[in-house]
Amino acid sequence: MTEQTILEQRSARSAFSLSGVTKDFGPVHAVRGIDLTVAPGEIVAFLGPNGAGKTTTIDMILGLSEPTTGEVSVLGVRPRQAIARGLVSAVMQTGGLLKDMTVRETVAYTASLFADTRPVDEVLDDAGIRAIADRKVGKCSGGEQQRLRFAMALLSDPALLLLDEPTTGMDVEGRRTFWSAIRADAERGRTVLFATHYLEEADQYADRIVLMSRGRIVADGTGAEIKALASGRTVRATLPDPDAAALTSLGGVDSVEVRGDSVIVHAKDSDAVARYLLTETTARDVEITAKGIEEAFLSLTGHDDEGETR
Amino acid sequence: MTDLPMTDLPMTDLPMTDLPMTLDPGARQLPAMGGFNRTVLGIELRRMLRNRRTVVLTLIVPAALLLSIGSQRGWEETVGEGNVAAYLLVSMALYGAALTAAATGTMVAMERAVGWSRQLRLTPLNPVAYILMKALVALFMGALAIAVVNVVGVSQGKAQMPTHVWVLSAVVTLFCTLTFAALGVFVGYLVPGENTMQILGPGLALLSFLGGVFIPLSQYADVVRNIAYWTPMYGVAEVARAPLTHDLPWYAVVNAVCWFVLFVAGAAWRMSKDTARA
Repeated sequence: MTEQTILEQRSARSAFSLSGVTKDFGPVHAVRGIDLTVAPGEIVAFLGPNGAGKTTTIDMILGLSEPTTGEVSVLGVRPRQAIARGLVSAVMQTGGLLKDMTVRETVAYTASLFADTRPVDEVLDDAGIRAIADRKVGKCSGGEQQRLRFAMALLSDPALLLLDEPTTGMDVEGRRTFWSAIRADAERGRTVLFATHYLEEADQYADRIVLMSRGRIVADGTGAEIKALASGRTVRATLPDPDAAALTSLGGVDSVEVRGDSVIVHAKDSDAVARYLLTETTARDVEITAKGIEEAFLSLTGHDDEGETR
Repeated sequence: MTDLPMTDLPMTDLPMTDLPMTLDPGARQLPAMGGFNRTVLGIELRRMLRNRRTVVLTLIVPAALLLSIGSQRGWEETVGEGNVAAYLLVSMALYGAALTAAATGTMVAMERAVGWSRQLRLTPLNPVAYILMKALVALFMGALAIAVVNVVGVSQGKAQMPTHVWVLSAVVTLFCTLTFAALGVFVGYLVPGENTMQILGPGLALLSFLGGVFIPLSQYADVVRNIAYWTPMYGVAEVARAPLTHDLPWYAVVNAVCWFVLFVAGAAWRMSKDTARA
């Protein structure tokens, strides 16, 4: 089997795959070259700060925009073909509803556009919105509108479901119910890709986390693997002319940054760094802080600056 | 870059046969006629008729105008195959239908603004089917506006013209209103939100005065009349009244065709720009 046919077979069997995908908006490089293949039934978290290119990538998977270069395939066909067959659905966080339609009209309208759909009443029941079926969408609460969006997305029994910040505004119980439903569907073979800012949510519910930053995938692995990246601490101290090489050679140091008289060290073993700074150097004002997710993003992407100027 | 292993799927682990049939692209069908269907048409019509402002502005105002203007002195004077009251009836039907169609057109831009069009792009609905359904709704609403004005006109008992003229001018008027559906889409993009109709309503009334819909152009000063020939209501008004008046200058036809093409092009231009951004 040649490499080409293996690749073709893989994209045919995958829920979706992107190869060499870039997207420019004028001079802005929103996506700078992504290769990603997701298998059917996987629950994948798409993690990254705002402006990382998550939404742009999701839009290309949905066929709402075309990549500048590269190929996107969804269940072995082009994204628009997959959409036309009801194989792909998405739930966006806001908008996308008409206030002057009733809940039932919204679902019936959407259902009428597909060749095959589940019965409207059944979908309303499943989403828990049958009781408010005759209410105008504009009079529904945010939570009810979100349920309606899910009802619309599940009408065509999609093979791939894309979610944008799906549990924003849900309480703990709502979150748990939501994710157990998603997991049950995944076991039937439905693939779920959800965009999120929160490492915790990604870690709890995804089989796999894809971390995106500045238009690139900077990490791709299980929750435990990604979490390890964010588990380090930051040591900050006042120290003129630090010996960066000596700091870097300490065990578990991810990065060393010098800002004027300050030195900032990201490390898994912050104790060793602090001990070194206090015993071997003239460092003072030593601060140790846990690394947040934003810093984890930064530590994953901080050395990627050559990509910006290329 | 970290030394985290880039997870790559082992080829052998990909499920080859346990995919449920429904998730197989080959087992899925495309909707008939690109998603064009009666359910959507029904819901769209109900939406228009539920909107109180649209109903008042487009169905009641033209009829009320006919009742007030149509009772002026000289309504019984002869015009072409009918009388002045008939002339006013056709004019007012055109005004009502144009306003209704424009109101329908503005919905397209509003639906884009709130993200509904994006939602629809996640369904199999073909954009051509969408525009076709919107055009049909605009035509139906236009027909309703024409019918209301005609019913009021008949019950008023002043308008007189042969039945075939009555029917023909109603049909011609109906198709003239498509120009204003396109105008509605166009203006909806230029002035998004709830304000669209607040501009289109008075705007269309002004254009109707200028175009000789409410008052015959022969009563205007030369300067005004020379401007009127270039305005969008003039052409369609002459075309709509032609079955009655048997008087259709060539430049009125050119006017009607040009404005139609211009508004459709404008609407298409704004829509394609909007899609490119999304």
